[in-house]
Amino acid sequence: MEVRNHTLTLIVNNKPDVLARIAGTFSGRGFNIENISANITLDPTVTKITIVTRGDTATVIKIKKQLKKLVDVISVTQHENGSSQQREMILFRIETDGTNAREITETAEKAGCSVISRTSEDLVIEWTGTAESADHVITLLSTYSIRDMSRSGIVAL
Amino acid sequence: MELRGCEILIKTLLQEGVDTIFGYPGGAVLDIYDELYHSDIRHILARHEQGAAHAADGYARSSGKVGVCLVTSGPGATNTVTGIATAYMDSVPMVILTGQVPTRFIGTDAFQEADITGITRPCTKHNFLVRRVEDLARTVREAFHIARTGRPGPVLVDLPKDVVQTVTEYVPAADPADAADRSPVTIDEGQLRHTFELIDKAERPVILAGGGIIMGKASDDLYRFASRLSIPVTSTLMGMGAFPGTNPLWLGMLGMHGTYYANMAVSECDLLLTIGVRFSDRVTGKIASFASKAKTIQIDIDAASINKVFSVDIPIVGDCKSALQLLNRFADERKDTDSRKRPQWLDQVMEWKSGKPLKYSPNGGTIKPQNVIETLYKLTEGDAIITTEVGQNQMWAAHYYHFDKPNRFLTSGGLGTMGYGFPAAIGAQAAFPDKTVIDIAGDGSIQMNIQELATAVSHNLPVKIAILNNGYLGMVRQWQEIFYGKRYSHTDIGETSPDFVRLAEAYGATGLRAMKPEEVEPTIRKALDTPRPVIMDFVVEAEEGVYPMVFPGGSISQMTLDSKELTNK
Repeated sequence: MEVRNHTLTLIVNNKPDVLARIAGTFSGRGFNIENISANITLDPTVTKITIVTRGDTATVIKIKKQLKKLVDVISVTQHENGSSQQREMILFRIETDGTNAREITETAEKAGCSVISRTSEDLVIEWTGTAESADHVITLLSTYSIRDMSRSGIVAL
Repeated sequence: MELRGCEILIKTLLQEGVDTIFGYPGGAVLDIYDELYHSDIRHILARHEQGAAHAADGYARSSGKVGVCLVTSGPGATNTVTGIATAYMDSVPMVILTGQVPTRFIGTDAFQEADITGITRPCTKHNFLVRRVEDLARTVREAFHIARTGRPGPVLVDLPKDVVQTVTEYVPAADPADAADRSPVTIDEGQLRHTFELIDKAERPVILAGGGIIMGKASDDLYRFASRLSIPVTSTLMGMGAFPGTNPLWLGMLGMHGTYYANMAVSECDLLLTIGVRFSDRVTGKIASFASKAKTIQIDIDAASINKVFSVDIPIVGDCKSALQLLNRFADERKDTDSRKRPQWLDQVMEWKSGKPLKYSPNGGTIKPQNVIETLYKLTEGDAIITTEVGQNQMWAAHYYHFDKPNRFLTSGGLGTMGYGFPAAIGAQAAFPDKTVIDIAGDGSIQMNIQELATAVSHNLPVKIAILNNGYLGMVRQWQEIFYGKRYSHTDIGETSPDFVRLAEAYGATGLRAMKPEEVEPTIRKALDTPRPVIMDFVVEAEEGVYPMVFPGGSISQMTLDSKELTNK
C-alpha cells in the first residue's frame, strides 16, 4: 500500500497531560508524527490538535482507532486531499551583507513572504502556505544565508 | 457536610460498592489509612505492593467486580506497575489508588515522589492526578466507570497528600454519564444477520472464544449458540472456561501449545467465528497460514483489536453478549434445525480428538507434573478456582484441568507475569472464602512473590499452592533444550531453591512434600483437608516438556507432539 502523509485533526479535553497521551500512543505503537500543532479553540475546555503522520492507509486506520480509545480524545477526523484547507508557517532569519537586503526582500515578497523584522545584520521573513510549496520557498531562500528557520506544524480546517 | 478528602474517598468507595481493598500503607496515604481504621471496608495487607495489585486483579477476575488496590507514593506506586500492566494486557477492571506527595512538592524530586501517572500512562486504560479536593469524588467515580465499561482495564488515581487532608463541602458524585465510554452500544443487526447466514451455511465451522466472553459474561450465550448449531469450540488461554471443558464440542486450547485437534480444526475449517479475541501471536502462529481456508469473522468490543494483526473478512464491533444473544435469536427464528448437524465435520473433529489426544508418558519412578494436575482436577471435582504462574505450570494447567465455568482460571496471558498466581489466588480467596483456590506454580515463579505467604496466613485465606518442582525455570529450559543445544544457561535453580516445606512452616503455613507418584493423591487430599494455607512441593520429572508445541514462526498445523519427535528433526 502507498505510504504518504495523512493529516488528522483531534479534538481533545484541554488537560495538562493530553499531549503526552497522544504522543505516547504514537511512540508506543510504532507510529510516527511528521509534525504536530496544538492550541485552544473557541471552547476553552477543548484543544484542537493537528497531526501529520506518514504511513499506508491500513496504518492510518490503526492510528485513528488507537487515538479514539483515549478517554480524553473527543474526536478524530482525517482530512482528505481537496476537501480541506491546510497551511504551514515558516519563519526564516536571513543574514544580510549590507548590499543584498533589498534583493532578498524582493525575492521573498515575490514568493508570497513578508518581512516582519529587519536589522543591519538580518531579516526575519514569514511565509505561510501549503506543505507542498514549502520546499520550493526553502530552496528559493537557500540561495541566501539562512541562519535559522522555524516551521510550525500543519493547521487544517 | 464538610469532610476531609480522605473521608470523601472512603464514602465514594462505599458508594461504588467496594468491600475489599488490597494495599500497603505509607507516608503519603496515612490519612486514608487512618480513615480505614474505623471503616467497614476490609483491608487486606499484602507484603509487597506488586502482591496487592495482583490480588486485586485475582479478586476482579474471579468475581467480575472491580478490584481495588491502595498504595503509597513513590516506590509503593512503582511496585504496582507490573500488576497494572498484567491487568491491562488481560483487560481486567481495577482501580489503583496511589498516594502522592503534596501538590506544592510535585516536580521537586520530593521524598518518595514518582510521576506515577506518567509511568503508567501506557499500561492503564486511563489515569488521573487529582489536584483539587473538589474533584475527588467525581474522579473516583469516573475511574470505576472507565475501569468496568467497554473493554475493561485498570485505572489509576493519584492522590496528593494535601488533597486528601483538605476539607471541603461534600456532595456525593453522580454516576458518571456514558461520556467516557466510547464503545458502540448497538451492533449492526443487518450485518450480524448476514453473518449468521454464513455461519449457518458453513460446512466446517469453528468458534474461537477469547477472554472477552468471560469479561462480557457471555458464556451461557456461547454455550447455547455452539450447541444449538453443533459448532466445535476452541479458545485462547484467556478464554478457558468460556465454554464447558467437558463438552464433546470442546476442542481445548489453540495456539503454540494448543491441542492437536484445536490447531487442526482451525487450520482446516471453512469458517472461523472469533469472539472476544485479539489474535495474540501465541494463538495464531505464522499469521499468513492462520485459518487460511476459512472465512473469518471477528466480534470484539474494541474496534482497535479488529484488523490489528490479523485481517478478518467480517469485522463486527460490539459486546459479545449482545452479539451472541442476537445470533441465538436468529438461530431460534430459523426453521429447519436438523440439516445443520454437519456429521462429516464433527466426525473429522472427533477423529482428530481421539487419534491424537493430549498425552504424556506415565509416571515411572518420578512424578509427572501433568499427573499432579489431573489428580488436582479429580480430587477437586473440577470445581476449584485455579490460578497459575507463567511457563510450563501454566500450560499444563490449561491442558489438564478442565474448566466447565468461567472465572475459574486466572492466569497472566498477555504479559506473562511470573509471580502472578499466588497473590491472584489470595485475591480470589478473599472474594470466595469458601471455595477451594489453588495456585499451580513452578519452583521459579513461586519465589517471585513468596512473601505473600504472610498475607495468606495473617488473613486466614487458605490458598493451596501446588509447586511443580522440577529444579528449573522449566519453560526457558525447554527452549534451551530445543533451540540452544541443551545449554541450560542460568535456568538450573534446583540446588539453590529453599526447602519449600520448611519455608511454609516458617511463615506459619503448612508444608507438604511428595517425592513419589503414589504420594501425589494423599498429599493433595491432606492439603484440601487443611483449613489453612498449604504449600505442596511436588518433586517432578526434571526435564518434562510441554507438548504439543508449535515452533516460533511455524504454522499452528505444524506441531511437535512429543519430545521423541525432537531427535528425528
